[in-house]
Amino acid sequence: MIQLIINGEPQQFECSLNLQQLLENMGLQNKRIAIEHNGEIIPRSKFPNYIVTEGDRLEIVVAVGGG
Amino acid sequence: MDDFIIAGKRYKSRLLVGTGKYKDFSETQAAIEASGSEIITVAIRRTNIGQNPNEPNLLDILPSSKFTLLPNTAGCYTAEEAIRTLRLARELLDGHSLVKLEVLGDSKTLFPNVVETIKAAQTLVKENFQVMVYTSDDPIVAKQLEEVGCIAIMPLASLIGSGMGILNPWNLQIMIDRATVPVLVDAGVGTASDAAIAMELGCDGVLMNTAIAMAKDPIMMASAMRKAVEAGREAYLAGRMEKKLYSASPSSPIDGISPMSSR
Repeated sequence: MIQLIINGEPQQFECSLNLQQLLENMGLQNKRIAIEHNGEIIPRSKFPNYIVTEGDRLEIVVAVGGG
Repeated sequence: MDDFIIAGKRYKSRLLVGTGKYKDFSETQAAIEASGSEIITVAIRRTNIGQNPNEPNLLDILPSSKFTLLPNTAGCYTAEEAIRTLRLARELLDGHSLVKLEVLGDSKTLFPNVVETIKAAQTLVKENFQVMVYTSDDPIVAKQLEEVGCIAIMPLASLIGSGMGILNPWNLQIMIDRATVPVLVDAGVGTASDAAIAMELGCDGVLMNTAIAMAKDPIMMASAMRKAVEAGREAYLAGRMEKKLYSASPSSPIDGISPMSSR
């Protein structure tokens, strides 16, 4: 088991996984989102090869209503 | 044609609207439709992890084929936070570079922190963002933001969400007279006449959210704002008559008045 901090909340996963798998796991595949991994923005094209591991901090953002 | 040009793209509407504070997406959509707006602001926030991933997303109702999205940095209090937010927005919106920069000074007034705003603008311009910037109604700061390379200056008319209208038309007038980039009133508009006044002053456009979203009937207010911006723009282009202080001038001919017949 590994623990990731996603949007400030600890989340458990079976093992290390890439960002594509992570999004599928969370039901967010094909959603309009952007990801920051340990403070670095990860381009969408890199999701399938980008592995996240124990203790990594992820921010997943979306567009919401705002002025 | 009196088109409005922002970042090289032509728009028919000079009304820009936000998407916050609506009851639901269908109201958001109907209000935007009624406003005739083509440039729409959105905020960038953490996705709600617990929520049903199949819930509709704001971007589903705002197709980029139909609207120009303007991601904002609402809620950012430092240049660093604002820059990060817009970098995320650029990734989220597939390389989109047109953005609304706002760096706030305090949470009570939401007054802009112009020092941090200028700092953020410098970095963003270097990174090829096209920056429309929210600022105070200070003409000197406006000029500095223009010199940094911002493509539109967006002074407040009064505090964000206050609906207090245009408190200092004279400052806006100075900014408009001096600017070589579009000037848009952003924040403070409360009702249609405020929008019309902004346009009559010579603003290139008006950006608003709360005045529409918090009206009793947001959709009707959106329509009113569309008309007000159009009317104000036409009045500006038509050129108002000179004011004649304390001296009347009849609209009907003075000659040829038929006198009362003598009995």
